[in-house]
Amino acid sequence: MADLTTEFVGIKSPNPFWLASAPPTDKEYNVRRAFEAGWGGVVWKTLGEAGPPIVNVNGPRYGAIWGADRRLLGLNNIELITDRPLEVNLREIKAVKRDYPDRAMVVSLMVPCEEDAWKAILPLVEETGADGVELNFGCPHGMSERGMGSAVGQVPEYIEMVTRWVKQNTRMPCIVKLTPNITDIRKPAMAAHAGGADAVSLINTINSITSVDLDLFAPEPTIDGKGAHGGYCGPAVKPIALNMVAEIARTPETRGLPISGIGGVTTWKDAAEFMALGAGNVQVCTAAMTYGFKIVQEMISGLSQYLDEKGLNSTADLVGRAVPNISDWQHLNLNYVTKARINQDLCISCGRCFAACEDTSHQAIAMSEDRVFTVKDDECVACNLCVNVCPVEDCITMEELAAGAVDERTGRPVATEHGDWTTHPNNPAVRQAAE
Amino acid sequence: MDARALKEGIVSGRLDADALDAGFADLHAPLSDHEALVAADRCYFCHDAPCITACPTEIDIPLFIRQIATGTPEAAAKTILTQNIMGGMCARVCPTETLCEEACVREAAEGEPVQIGRLQRYATDTLMAQGVHPFSRAASTGKRIAVVGAGPAGLACAHRLAMHGNDVVVFDARPKAGGLNEYGIAAYKSTEDFAAREVDWLLQIGGIEIRNNMALGRDVAMAALQDEYDAVFLGMGLGGVNALTAPGADKEGVLDAVNFIADLRQATDLSTLPVGRDVVVIGGGMTAVDAAVQSKLLGALNVTIVYRRGRDRMNASVWEQDLAAAKGVRIITNASPVAVHGNGAVREIEFEFTDDDLNPTGQTFRLAADQVFKAIGQTLNGDDLPDLDGRKIAVTGPGRTSITGVWAGGDCAAGGEDLTVTAVAEGRDAAEDIHAALMRA
Ligand SMILES: Cc1cc2nc3c(=O)[nH]c(=O)nc-3n(C[C@H](O)[C@H](O)[C@H](O)COP(=O)(O)OP(=O)(O)OC[C@H]3O[C@@H](n4cnc5c(N)ncnc54)[C@H](O)[C@@H]3O)c2cc1C
Ligand code: SF4
Repeated sequence: MADLTTEFVGIKSPNPFWLASAPPTDKEYNVRRAFEAGWGGVVWKTLGEAGPPIVNVNGPRYGAIWGADRRLLGLNNIELITDRPLEVNLREIKAVKRDYPDRAMVVSLMVPCEEDAWKAILPLVEETGADGVELNFGCPHGMSERGMGSAVGQVPEYIEMVTRWVKQNTRMPCIVKLTPNITDIRKPAMAAHAGGADAVSLINTINSITSVDLDLFAPEPTIDGKGAHGGYCGPAVKPIALNMVAEIARTPETRGLPISGIGGVTTWKDAAEFMALGAGNVQVCTAAMTYGFKIVQEMISGLSQYLDEKGLNSTADLVGRAVPNISDWQHLNLNYVTKARINQDLCISCGRCFAACEDTSHQAIAMSEDRVFTVKDDECVACNLCVNVCPVEDCITMEELAAGAVDERTGRPVATEHGDWTTHPNNPAVRQAAE
Repeated sequence: MDARALKEGIVSGRLDADALDAGFADLHAPLSDHEALVAADRCYFCHDAPCITACPTEIDIPLFIRQIATGTPEAAAKTILTQNIMGGMCARVCPTETLCEEACVREAAEGEPVQIGRLQRYATDTLMAQGVHPFSRAASTGKRIAVVGAGPAGLACAHRLAMHGNDVVVFDARPKAGGLNEYGIAAYKSTEDFAAREVDWLLQIGGIEIRNNMALGRDVAMAALQDEYDAVFLGMGLGGVNALTAPGADKEGVLDAVNFIADLRQATDLSTLPVGRDVVVIGGGMTAVDAAVQSKLLGALNVTIVYRRGRDRMNASVWEQDLAAAKGVRIITNASPVAVHGNGAVREIEFEFTDDDLNPTGQTFRLAADQVFKAIGQTLNGDDLPDLDGRKIAVTGPGRTSITGVWAGGDCAAGGEDLTVTAVAEGRDAAEDIHAALMRA
């Protein structure tokens, strides 16, 4: 069994699975249970400044979308930061950290955009013995209307400024949590970097309305006939998060900046994917909220089996392994030719590949009278749609044509050498250069 | 109709090889990868899941199913085997319909539970096919423990003890280890010599020596074991068979169902195994169903199970009863045997209908029979045993008997159902208790 001990910005934890700052980490009772269940660390639910705590709605705060069999795929919330007094949270953080010294304890913070506010709260957090702070520049609802959360996270200058204040006022490592509700994730990441952040974590939730009550004509979750946009998370957001993590991991200006990956991590595989794309660890919320703290056990056993199978000695060996392979479209090899192949032994003759290809793609699948489906190589452009819609895993696969073999669609042999858009004759830039 | 099928008497070769192969093939074929993923997808990962509570070995079922769903059946197997070292056999023989799967919340929601047993088999088969034994022994404790009986209880106990660093010697009266896994379970539940393969795999832990053909009371004495070893675990099952008291029960062709099944399990060529044309099985448990179904599969023309009480009192689950019916076995209930007729060999057996309290009704009937199987329960054999509770060894807590230093579990011990999985649980728990006791000493 591979050792999953992970060090992230100098913070050690027995595994790379942290609970994200969210309801699961809102109080001592939860966090103790989470640690008992095996979580490597937590980011405590966001604290605000001293004084009367914020309030939450008293109607439903979550909305969801489901896949088949009511599997929860996406969750949206209109909850705010902790609604418990600051001193209670601080006391509890201290007690839990004292009892679980080997687990990561990071405290999420969101206070007004004034240096004094940050100066006031940082020593209080330090005093708990916490390992670090995470700046919540991500929360897309409620707090943003008050100039905090994503209102800061959407303005790179503010990010840099606040990060700098924090770095100047504490010795604790500082993780900046980024909002995905922007156009280019690299900008806020660069700002955090410039401000001296030790790491970024992403993504926070995405602005969303999960559904509309068609009798009340109101967005859901509906509070007394009205609804507000919330923050979307869960398995459905993972692809968006992976891309944003990858962008930061491969951009020269932010390359090497530690990343804590967040967004729909539900299984060991999700975690491994985030880590391969450059995340040093992952944070989990929706999976725990859907299935309970126990799911971490599958993440632990799965990741360590995977590392063993790959011959990797530690999580650090996995981090960033896929980064060199994140490319721009223009560099993808146009001489790499594949064709769909349907395994007749596995095929159950549902015809979904046919419908997809015939109606919406390239008419490259043939259907016989007795429902045998085969690929027409002279039409197949290898789009992969049939693979994606097939209900049987590995029934349709993409087979690479060897160099020299003739692509029946184009009638041309497959070239041996790499050839991409930058050298393609149809590229106006190439044509210009040749002229 | 085929003359071989109609031939009277107890004869072999009623069916050709293909029919035999088909009949005795795996009752539940293993799940393919695709089937396993689809089946695993249905698990809700319930909190404090009722299936776990319903499993006598308390396997963390939601966790292992999630591990299958995420492509790590090896990890799933480890989750299973940590609780139940015979998870492979249990996956095949557990009456899941009355255990884990009965408790599944999807049974309540849709009448269709998650296929826990088959998923368990998928995981354990995957690991065993890789030849991996995922446990290793702790440093030696220098303690030696004698285990009597190499059935599920004895082997589970031995494995757990060996894992904790103890040395174990297992004495078994039979020539092969495995207990009823090897000699009792229906052939279509343990195909391809699985029982023996599982024993070999289990012994990979090391530190376990099996001495076959060594019976307690015949080849080795209780006092000697207590003397020579630091502790003794009794897991000798139920070796005796209840007698049939009806007049004529000594006639030729009246046999013990367990012996018939043992012969069947050990036969290398089923076409040489004789079976009657008209078979009557007396009893209402799993043994009765197994004897009846396997008679039918061997080619018996008419097979009837006769049980003295009502259907709802039968020990065989409804699922087992339906299996028997599907194979063409007739089940008659509320009838007790009153006489066995025939000149030397049985020709007919006479029953009287009884009410639910076993009061005779005066109404009798006869069934043609050239072979009668008694499946009316097994009994404990042996002298010098600890105190009994009824007809089994009395135990408190994790298998402690009335004799200090002697533990018992499995079918021979009182409490719990007589099931493979219960035997494994009791053997395992006794091992933990033995180990703890020896470490305190
Ligand atoms: C026909 C039949 C079908 C069954 N089908 C199922 C089923 O489908 N599912 C299920 O869960 N359960 C089933 N059972 C019950 C299950 O097989 C038993 O509950 C289980 O095997 C009990 O395990 P054990 O270790 O206590 O005893 P056993 O499996 O009986 O093992 C006892 C061992 O002790 C040895 N032994 C006996 N006396 C001595 C002695 N004096 N000295 C040394 N060794 C001795 C025996 O040779 C044997 O190897 C079935 C039982 C029978 C008879
Ligand atoms: S051991 Fe038997 S009862 Fe327990 S989970 Fe497995 S199949 Fe179900």
